[in-house]
Amino acid sequence: MTPTATYSDQFAALATPAGAPAWLPALRQQAFERFTALGFPTTRNEEWHFTSVAPIAERPFKAIKPAATTLTASDLAPWILDPSWHRLVFVNGRFEPGLSQFSELPAEVEVATLSDALRESPEWLSAHLGKLAAFDAAAFTALNTAFMQDGVVIHVPKGETVELPLQILCLADAQAQGAAFHPRLLVVAEAQSQISLIETFAAIGGAEYLVNAVAEVTVADGARVDHYKVQQESTDAYHVSTVQVTQGRDSIYHSFSFAAGAALSRANIYTKLLGTGGEARLNGLYVLDGTQHADHQTFVEHIAEACASRELYKGILDGSSHGVFNGKVYVDPEAQKTDGKQTNKALLLSEQARVDTKPQLEIFADDVKCTHGATVGRLDELPLFYLKSRGIGAESAKALLTYAFAAEVLETIENDPLRLALERAVFERFTHASFE
Amino acid sequence: MLKITNLHASVGEKEILKGISLTVNAGEIHAIMGPNGSGKSTLAQVIAGHPGYEVTSGSIEYDGQDLLELEAEERAQAGVFLAFQYPIEIPGVTNAYFLRAAYNEIRKAHSEPELDPIEFLDLMEEKLKVVEMDASMMQRSVNAGFSGGEKKRNEILQMAVLAPKLAVLDETDSGLDIDALRIVAEGVNKLKRPDNATIVVTHYQRLLNYIIPDHVHVLAGGRIIKSGGKELAHELEAKGYDWLLEPVTA
Repeated sequence: MTPTATYSDQFAALATPAGAPAWLPALRQQAFERFTALGFPTTRNEEWHFTSVAPIAERPFKAIKPAATTLTASDLAPWILDPSWHRLVFVNGRFEPGLSQFSELPAEVEVATLSDALRESPEWLSAHLGKLAAFDAAAFTALNTAFMQDGVVIHVPKGETVELPLQILCLADAQAQGAAFHPRLLVVAEAQSQISLIETFAAIGGAEYLVNAVAEVTVADGARVDHYKVQQESTDAYHVSTVQVTQGRDSIYHSFSFAAGAALSRANIYTKLLGTGGEARLNGLYVLDGTQHADHQTFVEHIAEACASRELYKGILDGSSHGVFNGKVYVDPEAQKTDGKQTNKALLLSEQARVDTKPQLEIFADDVKCTHGATVGRLDELPLFYLKSRGIGAESAKALLTYAFAAEVLETIENDPLRLALERAVFERFTHASFE
Repeated sequence: MLKITNLHASVGEKEILKGISLTVNAGEIHAIMGPNGSGKSTLAQVIAGHPGYEVTSGSIEYDGQDLLELEAEERAQAGVFLAFQYPIEIPGVTNAYFLRAAYNEIRKAHSEPELDPIEFLDLMEEKLKVVEMDASMMQRSVNAGFSGGEKKRNEILQMAVLAPKLAVLDETDSGLDIDALRIVAEGVNKLKRPDNATIVVTHYQRLLNYIIPDHVHVLAGGRIIKSGGKELAHELEAKGYDWLLEPVTA
């Protein structure tokens, strides 16, 4: 069976969710046809040059109808940053209201599952769903659009601020073995509104499954969205995600992508700065070992004048792991006074670890300030000597400096509980000591 | 306590130390002076175990042990301390964590119980006073964004916490204004005990107005060309190094 044929049979059998609007099957059909025409990308495709998704294409991942979970709140504890935050929990793709937390939100703010939103606000949804996540040339986005079953829809009306962060937790357990999940996220932050959200992907146990997530985020004039993603999938899992953002005048979009799980992961983070004075900050950290492969691709399109973009990505690679960073910045002829900075640093802890980094700047305006820099290396001798000269043993010194390497980018996380959780995870992983 | 015998050390192909012999006893302060490029800092770094230098011949005996056989961390655990000329910045690791890790590793090496963060905080309160540093410095990353004076004070703070038997101060006075110099020198004097020793490496005599040496050695061209008492430092201040160098180059 060809890779796309695996999905043809499933698509034919796919039921439209009860009460879904008529436009949905049409969108799915269009997306599936596009997926069939594109097929899974190969390394001949420039966008996928360093990442072969053959392992995904070869495996017949299937949609599943999971039973209600037997997990309890205490099973979720490792990933819950603050129990009082509004939280939507999905286990094996199925929404679990019993594990979720519904905190008080401003009256006009809507947070719903995609299946509820399809029933309750189909017209509003038809104006937003699938509008940013183009699938003409993106097979995984097409596949998600064809198969999306559930997800989260967030609408923050003009001027509203959601004070507490919102967490979306997608968990997989043994039931997920062989399954494909296509979670969908839609965020519409209208003018002058603010929201901070954390997407956590994690696993209990080591199942082999595919997560193919798509998020669409509209950050209107003067709005701010902080968007954190924590990827701690099973190390036998496959994880592909695409985030597509548009930003209005004086808007702020801050993204942080942490990747430590999955056998193979690819995160696409794309933002379009459409209004003057917008700010995009795309930071991330990946921590890999064994034969893990993690690829981040960012694309910042400076369309309007006087926007700023900042990117800092760091990677720590051990074993024979492979990291990829491909950062594209496009500056339109109209986008004068663009201020762009991109930095990518990788730390190799073993001889076999490998990193490919490819910054790409396409600048068509003349009055711009754009820089990029990439470094790949090992721990410096001098800081190691400094620590050793204070009595700290070689192994502890290396661990501490490895943590310090990560801390530089983790420090940029403005959400304190998340920052501390990730600092702790990285610290304990390398130093085997407890974090205070 | 320290006995250096005919020490030769190189960086790559270049020999920097060309036969140094020096004995330092407990309770003594030795000043090592000399023009730039004479090998003063190299000597300090070789004692601490810097990996960039290769000792090609000679020996260093410390407390009855062969110091050159020890790793840098083992030397520190045995009581050797180097105050760096250029302290290293470590963004991401707080001063508090760094100091406690170092302190506890040294305690562990002596089979003494480690201090928990609260106990350590109490110890720090007292040590911070030695160098007139504010407690807020403990929550900052090690040396990151510190001024030159703050970095040097932080070195002396580490020395105060780790309480070495043999402290080597490498150009600790360079780049310090007079107030910082006084604080640093007073810190060193407060830490002086009959059972420890200090080697002060410096280009200028001014630090020696505050830290009074028992012995002064002049290093030039990788060799000690003159040794004397504290009056030698004053003579160097008045006459410079040239009068000593001429016989060597002639």
